[in-house]
Amino acid sequence: MMEQLLATKAEARSLSFYYGDFQALKGISMPVHERQVTALIGPSGCGKSTFLRCFNRMHDLYPGNRYDGQIILQPDNTDLLARSIDPIDVRMRIGMVFQKPNPFPKTVFENVAYGLRVRGERSRRAVEEKVEQALHDAALWDEVKERLHQPAYNLSGGQQQRLCIARALATDPELLLFDEPTSALDPIATASIEELMHDLKKRVTILIVTHNMQQAARVSDFTAYMYLGELVEFGVTDELFIKPQKKQTEDYITGRFG
Amino acid sequence: MANEHASKQYDLDLGAIRTRVLQMGGLVESQIRRAIDGLASGDLAALEQVIDDDHRVNAMEVALDGDTSHLIVRRQPAASDLRMIFAIAKTVTDLERIGDEAQKMARMAKAIHERGAAPLPPAVDVRHAAEAAIAMLRRSLDAFARLDCEAAQGVIRDDAGLDAEFRAILRQLITFMMEDPRTISTALEIVWIAKAIERIGDHAKNMAEYVIYIVRGTDVRHTRSPQPGA
Repeated sequence: MMEQLLATKAEARSLSFYYGDFQALKGISMPVHERQVTALIGPSGCGKSTFLRCFNRMHDLYPGNRYDGQIILQPDNTDLLARSIDPIDVRMRIGMVFQKPNPFPKTVFENVAYGLRVRGERSRRAVEEKVEQALHDAALWDEVKERLHQPAYNLSGGQQQRLCIARALATDPELLLFDEPTSALDPIATASIEELMHDLKKRVTILIVTHNMQQAARVSDFTAYMYLGELVEFGVTDELFIKPQKKQTEDYITGRFG
Repeated sequence: MANEHASKQYDLDLGAIRTRVLQMGGLVESQIRRAIDGLASGDLAALEQVIDDDHRVNAMEVALDGDTSHLIVRRQPAASDLRMIFAIAKTVTDLERIGDEAQKMARMAKAIHERGAAPLPPAVDVRHAAEAAIAMLRRSLDAFARLDCEAAQGVIRDDAGLDAEFRAILRQLITFMMEDPRTISTALEIVWIAKAIERIGDHAKNMAEYVIYIVRGTDVRHTRSPQPGA
């Protein structure tokens, strides 16, 4: 019932993906609801990260990779995987945050300003405003406002990850991809990132890969369980964790042998 | 729930908790039986023992609550494990209440016999109702042990019969009291006993409903009749 009321931000349609001869994704179809957090869970090698990376065409970087099917981005009904679509344009609309914080070897300020400059923002005032706003949105401003021009590497791991989130937010993405964003962080830093996701989803749609099932249960509205490149089950998170429809999902989330 | 957890210790812990729930069920069943036997026999020492032994039921409740909260903290159970542990926590509460009802029955039976009053004829019907309640309790425990929805549904259906028996006993007792006011004290005590038995049936029914929740993930409480199949 909840599902029907929500707008769809993106939708995978019969999406398959091949690393050369190896088929890593097998005909995945599922929606990503607007301004909701959708979690992708499953054992290592199930294809969840591969799936996530399709959304910003990261696989284009390597030859021999092949997509089949579509990922439709709304509201303009664009197929992200269409040959006519430039992956750079896709990444303008879709931000990504990785497992390990990967700030650029620049200052705190320049890290966040980077995307704006790439887009040709020349006004110094506009850049400053957007950087400050993005740092506020990433719940980092108060901690870094006195050292905006120090190297980003001086920040703690949790701060670096929030800086990467600020960097992604600065360009106003419509969809944010998180690839295990807290697996390198301690519990407090993890909690602050999770809290941040909760605030961010008021404005932006989030798709997150996580190995931590409790994290999926905590942060997401919808959960997809993947296994061996297939989507086994997609549903409302609370329902999936209390009463999954598929035995495979049940075995995975209860920690049983498959 | 056919497969084992990757963690053997998880299986052992969960298995141990389930076994203790069944042991607690066995204890409260014997409490009811001894109370109703004491009503028939007038064995005051036996009735005293039932009243005393309620603390054993209470101690099991406290221990099981501790075990379930430890398991939740350590394992963060999900899906059928979550439903199981949630149902166990609620089952334990119902079992403890059944223990209280058995203690209440023993108190009333003791009061009747201490006064030296001859039990009224409806005592026979009370015994019959008690047997029915014990059967419901036993079947709900079996349904829990085997995760058997059919058996659980049988218990839920049988509760209406026990409620009807209670009302019949009440009508009879009212007749006795109207005919001979000297029977009022004893009749009132038998009303309390019958009411306790009727409540035991309600608790057994609750436990059966939890079994359906564990197996199917559907909450059949406060519905007219459980939906067959799933």
